[in-house]
Amino acid sequence: MRARLAVHLVRRSFGTMLGLALVAMIIALALLGPFIVPYPDDVLGAVNLTNKLQPPSAAHWFGTDEVGNDILTRVIIGARLSLLVGIAIPLAAALIGVPLGILAGTAGGGLREAIMRLTDLFLSVPGLVLAIALVAALGPGIGNAMIALILVWWPGYVRIAESKALAIREEPFIEAARAAGASQVRILWRHVLPNSLSPLIVKMSMDIGQAILAIASLGFLGLGAKPPTPEWGAMISIARGYLPDWWWYAICPGALIYASVLGFNLLGDGLRDILDPRSNRG
Amino acid sequence: MIRYLVRRAALAVVMLFGLICMTFVIANVAPSDPAALAAGPDAGRAQIEAARREYGLDRPLHEQFLRYVGDLARGDFGRSVATGRPVGQDLARYFFATLELCLVAMTLGILLGIPLGVLSAVYRDRWVDHGTRILAVSGIALPPFWFGLLLQLGIASSLGWLPTSGRLSVFTEPAAPVTGLLLVDSLLRGNGALFGEAMSYLILPAIVLSLPCLASILRVNRSEMVEALRADHITAARAHGVARWRIVTVHALKNAMLPTLAIIGLRWGWMMSSTVLVETVFDWPGIGLYAVSSAISGDFKPVMGVTLIVGLNFMIANLVVDLLYGALDPRIREA
Amino acid sequence: MTLLSIDDYRLAFDGFEGTAHVLDGITLDVARGETLGIVGETGCGKSVLARSLLRLNPAPPARVVSGTIRFEGENILAMPDAALRRLRGRRIAMVFQDPAAFLNPLLNIGTQMADVLHGQDSAGDAPRRSAREAHARSATLLASVGLPEPERLLDARPHQLSGGMRQRVLIAMALAGEPTLLVADEPTTALDVTVQAQILALIAALVAQRGLTLMLISHDLGVIAASCARVAAMYAGTVVEDAPTATLLATPRHPYTQGLLAALPDLDNPAHRPRGIPGSIPSLRNPPPGCRFHPRCAIATARCGVEKPALRALAPAHTVACHHA
Repeated sequence: MRARLAVHLVRRSFGTMLGLALVAMIIALALLGPFIVPYPDDVLGAVNLTNKLQPPSAAHWFGTDEVGNDILTRVIIGARLSLLVGIAIPLAAALIGVPLGILAGTAGGGLREAIMRLTDLFLSVPGLVLAIALVAALGPGIGNAMIALILVWWPGYVRIAESKALAIREEPFIEAARAAGASQVRILWRHVLPNSLSPLIVKMSMDIGQAILAIASLGFLGLGAKPPTPEWGAMISIARGYLPDWWWYAICPGALIYASVLGFNLLGDGLRDILDPRSNRG
Repeated sequence: MIRYLVRRAALAVVMLFGLICMTFVIANVAPSDPAALAAGPDAGRAQIEAARREYGLDRPLHEQFLRYVGDLARGDFGRSVATGRPVGQDLARYFFATLELCLVAMTLGILLGIPLGVLSAVYRDRWVDHGTRILAVSGIALPPFWFGLLLQLGIASSLGWLPTSGRLSVFTEPAAPVTGLLLVDSLLRGNGALFGEAMSYLILPAIVLSLPCLASILRVNRSEMVEALRADHITAARAHGVARWRIVTVHALKNAMLPTLAIIGLRWGWMMSSTVLVETVFDWPGIGLYAVSSAISGDFKPVMGVTLIVGLNFMIANLVVDLLYGALDPRIREA
Repeated sequence: MTLLSIDDYRLAFDGFEGTAHVLDGITLDVARGETLGIVGETGCGKSVLARSLLRLNPAPPARVVSGTIRFEGENILAMPDAALRRLRGRRIAMVFQDPAAFLNPLLNIGTQMADVLHGQDSAGDAPRRSAREAHARSATLLASVGLPEPERLLDARPHQLSGGMRQRVLIAMALAGEPTLLVADEPTTALDVTVQAQILALIAALVAQRGLTLMLISHDLGVIAASCARVAAMYAGTVVEDAPTATLLATPRHPYTQGLLAALPDLDNPAHRPRGIPGSIPSLRNPPPGCRFHPRCAIATARCGVEKPALRALAPAHTVACHHA
């Protein structure tokens, strides 16, 4: 039994540890990228046609692309953009969604109805399609893609914040605080927000991975970052034209997307086990 | 039950109206001038103004909105600027390709996800459970477009086993549509060869599309089964000598199916949206590919049409899930 | 003649915070046709003991440390799966505490009963009876526990029934396999007081009609006194006193049993004030050494903190586990 328990704990934490390691790797690449890449000149897209579409070798571990740039270099540089976008989207969505959700949960009445119905409406169109519709209206590009994804993402945060606020509103200690004359704002700030924090942190960790995937998806579709921006999805989109003969071109950027999404998902899973153990795993 | 049904349906109608409003708003916040787009790239000022009058774009917004709703009610989704074809016709053509792909992918996800979820709950912490956990974790994280390319590279290009793009060979005459679903139509016509060919084109994109769905169904079903198997009534069933397979597949699974159904409904929506990526990779002639190619050229009538269709589909799926919930749980039905 | 013989049975539950020694050397015999009550506070291990008879405690975390449980001579703890399936429902059957939780909310009564009958058919290598036969047999069973309109009841779901009706349905299910021993684990605790009496009367009637052996588990001495000829009192995983009901009520010898009786209100003598037992049940992860009751015992001596008292006979049918009784 002792052994079983140990295996259980190690396996539980093995996933979390792997997630942590992957996330640490992505952050390190994002921070150190420009200092550690093998070919700094290729960062801005130097053209070196004699070197184009080289297979993986000692000099170019993952080969070179159609203008002779080192693929590894460009993928490492891409980490910064992906991570930045991956953090910015859920953060902005939370900044919109959480106050609205807490407002809906504490205010009740018509205001709550209005906020929640609007939320339902945004949730009624599956994410990527809504994002494409918004990008179609705003025009392609990484900035507009980000705006579109933020607009797609905020309703999820309203839902969580609202349900937490509703649940907490019923708690006796809120009743007591109100009876003791605490102001509405103070109650929100001191009680509701801290109690909603655990599920929000878990969701944000998961969402960073999903946002990285979403921005890469839009890049792949030609609706996000445009080449020669070193964005992983856009790189795969170009690499697709060089399949199957130059197969290595698509491998490296995809592997990095996979690693970052996996990392943030596993980390989110681990955080949920620690912070929010009773919630259902979906 | 009837009251429950009516309430759900009424809610869906309200949501549909909201959806129409939303597409209208999105189309009207666009910084680009729809009249200029409609008139074409070489149009002069006069031609643009003519187009503006022709499409009613000079009218006040509320009039435009009423007209939009009226057009939609008649099945008129507007015209594509790029091709000049009515969007409604295009949607009718492409929708069934997407529907077929999603149905097959969802079937795969359910047929694999539920049994694997049950198995890993019954054999908790054994090798089946560890194996499915890896499948579940990687299934959600794998970028579908990259996975699709890898499959094309490995199975289709290197091994030459399966075609990589399209829905049928360009030389194949498709069966006259009955349902619009090639697999069904070919069977209805008794054309086995056509069925085989359609399947060979369909299977890779369907696998890619089903993987995240399979992963989530598996995860939810597993954790719900673990919960369900702990219930007191399962202890009672064991004490009374009910057969083990019957306890697992009926007594516990029925209880675990309620949350699993909810995730299936949710995943149907996600599937209709990630099909955009899969259709792009496999050149699958569905509404996803249609939406992307239109979005790139700023032709947003087709994109709004796809948005409406996908949203509508999602609502119908949610309605079906609600009904199944009621059918499965008598307490909901009578509430 | 001995039907059930439990000998030095020890069961532990392994958990994250350590091992709980829930049953600590239970020794108990039940004769065929006997009605035995087991009384004790919540958490003393009586339900765990009851579930052990059908090996229903999930393992892990449950772990048998030592002992045997013999039923008609066979050791249940060592039974192969096939024999265990023939045991459940067909030789030993069980009735549970909260009938709302122990019936599947999503399946109608008929399906649940048919599943019981079919499960017992296949366990006993009998031909699987037809749906019609299962339906008819279920209706007969429901009628035999005093439920009106059994045919209609078979189509009902548990939530459409009252608590008392649900408990009758569970009793009918327990009777499906014609068991020899009926184990009733707090069968009335979750019910209204008026319904409690009806259910106890039903159980008594069934025991008399069918010649069942009954093991009735309750925290309520009153319930047991009304239904059982013999009582075993349990404290913290051990049997502390075992005697005919009348003897135990009149002359309890173990300080814990005396305390239990003193805690009962006496309706004939309202001047008598019920007294609780000081202290609370000990942690089973870290139980007190020696006699597990000694920290709460008024007459405990140094010996009680060191040496665990064995059950010894004070009279032919009266045993007690106390150094000072």
